[in-house]
Amino acid sequence: MGRKLLLEHINVPGINSFEVYRQKGGYRAVEKALKTLTPDEVVEEVKKSGLRGRGGAGFPTGMKWSFLAKPDGVPRYLVCNGDESEPGTFKDRYLMTHIPHLLIEGMIVSSFALGANTSYIYLRGEMMPQIRILEKAIAEAKNAGFLGKNILGSGFDLELYVQPGGGAYICGEETALIESLEGKRGNPRIKPPFPAISGLYNCPTVVNNVESIAATVPIINDGADEYAKIGIGRSTGTKLISASGNLNRPGVYEIELGIPVEEFIYSDQYCGGIANGKRLKAVVAGGSSVPILPANLILKTINGDNRLMTYESLADGGFASGTMLGSGGFVAYDEDQCIVRNTWNFSRFYHHESCGQCSPCREGTGWMEKVLHRLEYGHGKLSDIDLLVDVSKKIEGNTICPLGDAAAWPVASAIRHFRDEFEWHVTHPKEAMERNYGLANYADPLPKPEDLHPVN
Amino acid sequence: MLKISDTEDVIFSPELLSKFAEIVSRYPEGRQKSALLPILHLVQAQYGWVSSIAMDKVADYLELKPIEVYEVATFYTMFFLKPQGKYVLEVCRTGPCSIVGAERIMKYIENKLQVKEGEVTEDGLFSWRGVECLAACGMAPVLQIGPDYTYYENLTEAKIDELIDSLRLKTVDKPQIN
Ligand SMILES: Cc1cc2nc3c(=O)[nH]c(=O)nc-3n(C[C@H](O)[C@H](O)[C@H](O)COP(=O)(O)O)c2cc1C
Ligand code: SF4
Ligand code: FES
Repeated sequence: MGRKLLLEHINVPGINSFEVYRQKGGYRAVEKALKTLTPDEVVEEVKKSGLRGRGGAGFPTGMKWSFLAKPDGVPRYLVCNGDESEPGTFKDRYLMTHIPHLLIEGMIVSSFALGANTSYIYLRGEMMPQIRILEKAIAEAKNAGFLGKNILGSGFDLELYVQPGGGAYICGEETALIESLEGKRGNPRIKPPFPAISGLYNCPTVVNNVESIAATVPIINDGADEYAKIGIGRSTGTKLISASGNLNRPGVYEIELGIPVEEFIYSDQYCGGIANGKRLKAVVAGGSSVPILPANLILKTINGDNRLMTYESLADGGFASGTMLGSGGFVAYDEDQCIVRNTWNFSRFYHHESCGQCSPCREGTGWMEKVLHRLEYGHGKLSDIDLLVDVSKKIEGNTICPLGDAAAWPVASAIRHFRDEFEWHVTHPKEAMERNYGLANYADPLPKPEDLHPVN
Repeated sequence: MLKISDTEDVIFSPELLSKFAEIVSRYPEGRQKSALLPILHLVQAQYGWVSSIAMDKVADYLELKPIEVYEVATFYTMFFLKPQGKYVLEVCRTGPCSIVGAERIMKYIENKLQVKEGEVTEDGLFSWRGVECLAACGMAPVLQIGPDYTYYENLTEAKIDELIDSLRLKTVDKPQIN
């Protein structure tokens, strides 16, 4: 079993309370940072650790912090992104439910590094239970002198608040989140300016994912070098993976970056293989927005190397034969699942969640949903398949925020790798209503590059 | 939970108003609009939905134009703009839940309650709807019920029976956290 930096104590009874968390070494990172380090030294440590944003984009956290503007007399804000609405992702909710003080501790360390004296944790509104849990944890930490004025005599003040959203996936996008936190509709802003220059209340702002902020705790406790020893290349440290779908043991796993995908799926330490003795058909490895891959390509790269759980290995082959680590939302599909239906389901989701500001996204997602619906229900034409590819290309790269891309990629990749299944829905509409296409040839030995559908 | 109709006046209780004030104090001077979503949640928890009269009162309280409140209340899916059942079963219908039985669960609820998505049962107790990924995909299928938004995970037909029966009897135990 790999090392656990975030979830090590998750099964300790009472770990959600301040007392037990503290007994297990909690809030040492706050003591170390506030008493022995300068804010810049904390930023430097996080930079050195190689930590990359765990919310999906994988941007180096320390570097993001160093971009924060620091004009005199202007407050700076740290906003924690707990919107967690990307289908397939449920690690942040898990972490906050079971070990809320880890996030609070990370918020204190990170706010200190950034010089933020008021910080907000934005949670999607559906997470009311977690909002209650965090508010209790904040009260306990404050009571113990870790929040409020002059924390541990360091001169550093911090107030921490939890803010609910109202049900909108788009509010996970950082500028939409800021709008929402200002009490407005969640319409993403046009960048630049970036939040680091002008974010919340037009002040310099850093937005970080729950897991990224939690990861600063072991980085400060053990040092950046220890953290960076775990992992491979530019994928350092541990990552929480949310595993769902047709698995024997779905759930949240903390992995050392770099373990083989095959081990993650089949080992009893992790997902324990495919449920009900079925075979694996496909995987969405990083949340619904990343390209879906057939079983053969998720286990091995196009060159036949073992696919590893790292940013680089999952992306190996580009979109022709690779995917992305994304948020770590790992969804496994068994041989009984219908790719057309799943693609339609995701399209419906993106159409529903489009904020409607840009026409390629607003219209394109609606169009894709409609066409996929008719394919799934046996009224499609063969030309619909190319139409979908065409629409997805018109959305991609032509929108204010990445939700457009996130809607386009699942469709484009499903057709790229499972075109025969889409065609079968057109040529066998009746049969397609009665049964699923099944495994077909997706789990066959690795196809040669020239046998793959060309990148569109 | 109080129940109000769409023409009924809304008078926020002193307890509610003091909660509003605490929320407003979390933001810098002049940024009280940030309190809008938390306050709308409190209003919905109190009355079961947000009526236009309630929205106008919130606008008054926060010194906003009423349109600023309507805009927000209509954008976010959690806010109910018409009365619902006392218990709204919100079932996740997105991909990862869908492939392990979410549709079957929704059908089962529809048959059991004898109302379509969005409609209210005759006794006023229940309504249900499909919602998007609730960040519980590994415990699918899943639903939650406001106003405290408790999660009910790894749903089966038997669990739905038990849940609905216990809500009918109002003896629902404080369920598992998370
Ligand atoms: C449509 C959309 C939804 C997103 N949802 C989330 C989310 O739920 N949680 C999150 O941390 N980041 C989400 N992001 C990424 C954020 O914009 C941002 O990159 C992230 O919060 C930065 O934190 P990190 O660097 O720590 O990952 C989303 C982005 C987009 C475009
Ligand atoms: S891409 Fe879609 S979600 Fe993003 S700003 Fe444009 S319309 Fe809104
Ligand atoms: S898809 Fe249902 S909780 Fe995520």
